[in-house]
Amino acid sequence: MSLIKLEAVQRTFVVGDETVHALQDINLQIDQGEYLSLMGPSGSGKSTLLNVLGLLDRPDAGSYVFDGRDTTTLNDLEQAEVRAKKIGFVFQFFQLIARLTAFENVELPLMLAGIAVAERRPRVENILEETGLADRMHHRPDQLSGGQRQRVAIARATITSPRLILADEPTGNLDSASGEEVIGVLERLNAAGMTLIVVTHDKDIGQRAGRRLQMVDGCIARDMFGGVNETG
Amino acid sequence: MKLGDVLRFSFHAIERTPARTGLILLAMAIGVAAVVLLTGFGEAARRFVTQEFASLGTNLVIVLPGKAETTGGTLTASYGGTLRDLTVEDAAALTQHHGVASVAPLVVGAAAVQHASLARDAPVFGTTREMLRLHRWRMDTGQFLPDTPWTRASSVCVIGAHIKKELFGESRAVGEWVRIGDTRFRVIGVLAAHGRSMGIDTEETVLIPVGSAMQLFNTQSLFRILIEAKTRETVPAVKAFVQSTTIARHRGEEDITVVTQDAVLDTFDEIFDVLTMSVAGVAGISLAVSGILIMNVMLVAVAQRTNEVGVLKAVGAAPRQIVLLFLTEAALLSIFGAFAGLALGMAGGWVLTQIYPTLNMLPPLWAIAAGIGVAICTGLLFGILPARRAARLDTILALAKR
Repeated sequence: MSLIKLEAVQRTFVVGDETVHALQDINLQIDQGEYLSLMGPSGSGKSTLLNVLGLLDRPDAGSYVFDGRDTTTLNDLEQAEVRAKKIGFVFQFFQLIARLTAFENVELPLMLAGIAVAERRPRVENILEETGLADRMHHRPDQLSGGQRQRVAIARATITSPRLILADEPTGNLDSASGEEVIGVLERLNAAGMTLIVVTHDKDIGQRAGRRLQMVDGCIARDMFGGVNETG
Repeated sequence: MKLGDVLRFSFHAIERTPARTGLILLAMAIGVAAVVLLTGFGEAARRFVTQEFASLGTNLVIVLPGKAETTGGTLTASYGGTLRDLTVEDAAALTQHHGVASVAPLVVGAAAVQHASLARDAPVFGTTREMLRLHRWRMDTGQFLPDTPWTRASSVCVIGAHIKKELFGESRAVGEWVRIGDTRFRVIGVLAAHGRSMGIDTEETVLIPVGSAMQLFNTQSLFRILIEAKTRETVPAVKAFVQSTTIARHRGEEDITVVTQDAVLDTFDEIFDVLTMSVAGVAGISLAVSGILIMNVMLVAVAQRTNEVGVLKAVGAAPRQIVLLFLTEAALLSIFGAFAGLALGMAGGWVLTQIYPTLNMLPPLWAIAAGIGVAICTGLLFGILPARRAARLDTILALAKR
């Protein structure tokens, strides 16, 4: 059973007098537990596709079925609920709230979901320990290194045990050692059963995925499975 | 979201942005302090005016013997026809009404007043202790006339400041004897100078008990009866009571004139209304101003925290949760600001009261309640727009803003 099914999805933006077709007729099916990388030049529509998949953006045409539900019929509230329960985002610029500590940032999705403090605390402490941040829990983002920040962001994205993790250039702002570490964390989560989609410019990272999508001009140019020795 | 979490999150946002919080608290506090101070000032002014008008005799009902034939607001009455005297008994009968605060009969005459070798003519008023209260007179030294039965004559007198100066110079007058007409009176008090008060020059006056005056001038007839109603509202009832009682006592004959100060009362009402309106208006404006300040600061807060809103939405916050968080923040700020403003206003009022003790600047309770209530309401009202703006932000654009 597929987690994601896109059919004839289109998304266009009007920039000045120009109409940009960010997504043209995308058909895509992704199964639960897959590890996907999304590559392509700037402006090829990778981020738009990721935003559509994450319900941050709505397609202009076509249908998007996520986890058995047609998302195009959901209202803002229902979409927010799906995001809260089933989707986790990891961003290039971490997107942590600067005035909150690591603990409080990770706690945020649980707080919004209305889970009691007593239940939240052990869950947040657990996940931070698992990601090696036990001694950094009460530091604010500006007191953490880039790699640590991204691991906090991953902890926040996965605290609700979502079905899908969307990572938009997760290593784009990190040195290679930290990047390696972060990808490792994400891959472990994938190994535990979460569907992982990584948008990246980095070929080495892109090649690690079991399935690799190459986008050009709003279309999926190539959809490659299996071995990493194929040319990309 | 749990209520505790909402409060904690919002309080956190307030606490960790001290500059913005300080600014908004200042705006709110100034607004509320202005309301508290202005209403306090307005109330003080109102009380002051009320007192001043009271001393002008706005509550007074004056009874004159004889029926006035023209109504021109003057105190002239015709003395023709079958005139019955106004007596002390008439005056005593007029105390029997719940709206009457005090009644003072008045007998007027002129007599030579003599002390040692100095003598002069002076107007002599026979009256009672009530007169002091009625006219809001104060004593310079000594006491006013004692509270003795009205018909009893006693040989004490109170003199005006100017008379005292002419007869006694700088030496002490209280306890000394003066001769008024053919009778000796002991001076028991000197009136403080008030200028003229309802036709009586307080500096040029000699006051003696009404009983003594009737003896001195050999008369049973009162010149006036002055009646003070308890409040301005009871004046018409008292007037009607005075009319009917006196007419009944005079065997059905309407041979008196009852005068009230209607024109003065009307003016008083107008002044009163204008005062109230201007106080309310100024208070309203200052609250509106602080409300708009709150809105501005909250809009800036939304702009500054656009990224935060994007993050909240990305991790699954529903639009109404965002509205709730920002509104709670505005509410907390308004509440803290309102109480800070209350403290500021009370402190300011207290200081001003110390400086100008004649004006009691402490604000009335209703103004405190209204000030705080309206402050919180304006905070919420003007918090809605920024909160909704935050909730409507496009998630992707909000996340892109750093």
